[in-house]
Amino acid sequence: MSTKGLWAAVVACVAAFGIAACGSSDDNGGSSASSGSGLNPPKLPVQKSVGQGEGQLNIIAWAGYAEDGSTDPKVDWVTPFEKQTGCQTNVKIGNTSDEMVTLMRTGRYDGVSASGDATLRLIAGGDVAPVNTSLVPNYASIWTGLKNKPWNSVDGQMYGIPHGYGANLLMSSPKAKGVGNSWSAVFDPSQLAQNKGHVTSYDSPIYIADAAVYLKAHQPDLKITNPYELDDKQFQAVVNLLKTQRKYIGEYWADYTKEQAAFANGNSTVGTTWQVIANLLEADKVKVNTVLPSEGSTGWSDTWMIASKAKHPNCMYKWMNWITSPKVQAEVAEWFGEAPANRAACSHTAAKDHCKIYHEGDEPYFAKVSFWTTPIKSCGDDRGDKCADYSQWVQAWTDIKG
Amino acid sequence: MGRRLADLLHGRRRLQLSLLLSGPLGWLVIAYLGSLAVLFIAAFWHLDEFSGKVVHDYGTSNFETLWNGHVYRTIVLRTVGIAAAVTVTDALLAFPIAFYMAKVASPRVRGLLVVAVLMPLWSSYLVKVYAWRTILNEDGILNWALDPFGIKGPGFGNLATWIVFSYLWLPYMILPVYAGLERIPNSLLDASGDLGADPGRTFRRVVLPMAFPAIVAGSIFTFALTLGDYITPNLVSSTQFIGNVVYANVGVANNLPLAAAFATVPVVVMVVYLLIARRLGAFEHL
Repeated sequence: MSTKGLWAAVVACVAAFGIAACGSSDDNGGSSASSGSGLNPPKLPVQKSVGQGEGQLNIIAWAGYAEDGSTDPKVDWVTPFEKQTGCQTNVKIGNTSDEMVTLMRTGRYDGVSASGDATLRLIAGGDVAPVNTSLVPNYASIWTGLKNKPWNSVDGQMYGIPHGYGANLLMSSPKAKGVGNSWSAVFDPSQLAQNKGHVTSYDSPIYIADAAVYLKAHQPDLKITNPYELDDKQFQAVVNLLKTQRKYIGEYWADYTKEQAAFANGNSTVGTTWQVIANLLEADKVKVNTVLPSEGSTGWSDTWMIASKAKHPNCMYKWMNWITSPKVQAEVAEWFGEAPANRAACSHTAAKDHCKIYHEGDEPYFAKVSFWTTPIKSCGDDRGDKCADYSQWVQAWTDIKG
Repeated sequence: MGRRLADLLHGRRRLQLSLLLSGPLGWLVIAYLGSLAVLFIAAFWHLDEFSGKVVHDYGTSNFETLWNGHVYRTIVLRTVGIAAAVTVTDALLAFPIAFYMAKVASPRVRGLLVVAVLMPLWSSYLVKVYAWRTILNEDGILNWALDPFGIKGPGFGNLATWIVFSYLWLPYMILPVYAGLERIPNSLLDASGDLGADPGRTFRRVVLPMAFPAIVAGSIFTFALTLGDYITPNLVSSTQFIGNVVYANVGVANNLPLAAAFATVPVVVMVVYLLIARRLGAFEHL
C-alpha cells in the first residue's frame, strides 16, 4: 500500500470511530439535570434494609476523616470498624471537591465524604443515591442544624449523613503585619501591601464565596445576601476584588500539607485555613494565630454519601452508622479539629471543652458561617435564574489566577 | 491446526505482516487516535446554560470563548514560552555533556556518565519536584547560599517552573544528542583539522550540522513534556499552564467541551512542531 493510501485509510477509520462513538454515547458527559426552577435529581431507589456486609468497602474521604493508623498509629477508627463488620476498608484521599466528584464518576467507589460544593453536583448527576436515614440509628442524635439543609437534601429527602462541620479561619504567623480580626487583612489593598508575596488563599473556585462574604459586610450597596447566589453585578465586583488580591498572593494552596509547609517555612504568613492545619502546625511547634473574623466566613459541613451504583451498599450503610457513633465522632472531631455532627460525641472527647472550642451546636456562631454549597443558575429568590453557576465560577477562577 | 495455519500463511507475506501489525496498529488507531478524535469532536459541543448538561450540538462557542478570553491567550503564550525556554536551556546544557560523553571520555568514564545521566529517571517525578520546592523555599538552601551576597532566590513563580522543567527533562535531551554525536566518525574531525580548520570552525561547520537533527529530536521531548505538564506549575508556582485549566474544567465544573477545546491547542502546537522537526531531519536516523 502506498503511504497516501495508508494515510487515507487511517483517517477514515479514525473519523468513523469518532462519529460512531459520539453517536452512541448519549448523556455520558453530564446526566445532570437542574432545570430553571432548581435541582431536579434523577429518581433513584432508596435502600430498604441493611443486610450482611459484603466484606469490602471503597470510600473517598478528606484527609483526616478515615484514619486507619497509617498517619499516626494511635489514630485509627477504621481498623475497629473492619473488625466489627468484616468490611475491609480502602480509603482514597481526595484533596479537593473537584477530585472527589471526578473519582465518584468512575463508579469504583461506594461512598464519599462530600462538601457542599460537591454534593449538589453529585446529586444532580445521579452519582449518589438518597439515603434512608432510618437505617442509620445514630442519625437521630445528629444536630438538627445539619439536617435537611440546601447542600445535603432535595425536597426534604436527605442525600447523606452529616459528618462534621467547621468554619474557614484567618490564620497568621507572628511575621505577618497588621492582622486583626477582619478579612481585610487579605482583601484590603492597603493591608495586603504590608504582607505582599506572603499571602495565601485556597485554590478552588469556591473561594470566590469568601470574597463575597467580605463584600457583603464592606459593600452593602451590592446587596449580597447569599455568597453563593451572585448575580452579574455582584459577581463582577467579587471577581475584581480577587484579581486585586492576586497581585499580593505568594502562592495558593489546594493540598493541606502545602499550606502547612508554607507557614512552617515562612513562605506564607497570612491567609485562609482549616483548623486542622493550625493544629498540625502547633504540634510541630510553629506559632500561628487563628481567628473567625468579624465579617463571618465560609465553612463546610461534610456529608457521607452513598454511590448510586455502590458495589458494597451494606458496608457503606454500616460505615455511615459507625462514623457517626459518639465515640468515633469524638475521635474524628479531635483529630481533624471540627465540631462533631453527633451531639452525643461531646461527652466522649479527651479535651472536655472540645465542643465548646469548636462551637458545636452554636447557632449564633454558625449563623455567621456560610457553608459551602454548589452555586447554581437559580438565585432562589425573585431575581430568577440570573445567578452564576459553578462552571462560570470555574472560568472566573481561571481568569483570576491568570 | 497449526499445520493448516502455517500452510495458509506460507508465501503470503502481506498477510503475515498485517497480522503481526494488527495488534499494535489497532491499539494506536483505536485507543490513541480514536480517543484524540473523540476529544476533538467533544470540543465542538457545549454546556447547556440551564441544565448544565453537555449538549451534542456542533458549534464553535468554546473556541470563541478561548479566543476572546484574554486570560487563555496569556496562558497559551506562557506555556509555549516556557516550553521554548526550557528547550533552549536544555540544548545548551546537554550539548557539552553529550559531546564529552561521546568524543572525549574513556569507555569506562563514558559508562559511568551514562549511568549518572539516567539515574534521576529512576526516582519519582513528584520526589524531584518536591526536592526543588524545598530548595527554592523561603528558608531553603538557595536563599541560604545567596544570603551572604545580599540577594534572594527567585522563590516560586515562572522562573522556578523554568528551572525545574530544565532539570526534569535534561536526561531526555542528553541521550538523543549523545546518540547523534556518537554517529559522527572521528575521522571527519581529524580530516577537518588536517584541512586547516581550527576547532571552532570544525565545530561550526562539521559537528553542529551533523548533530542538529539529534538536538531537534531531543527538543521534541523537552517541548512536548513541558507543554502538557500541569503538576510542576502547581507545585512550584501559582501560575497556570494549559494543563491546569483543562484539569480545572473537568470535575465539578463538568465543562468537558471547554476542557476539550483547550486541550486541542497543545495538540495543534505539537503537530506544527513535529512537521518542522521532520523538515529539519530529526527522524532521519530512526
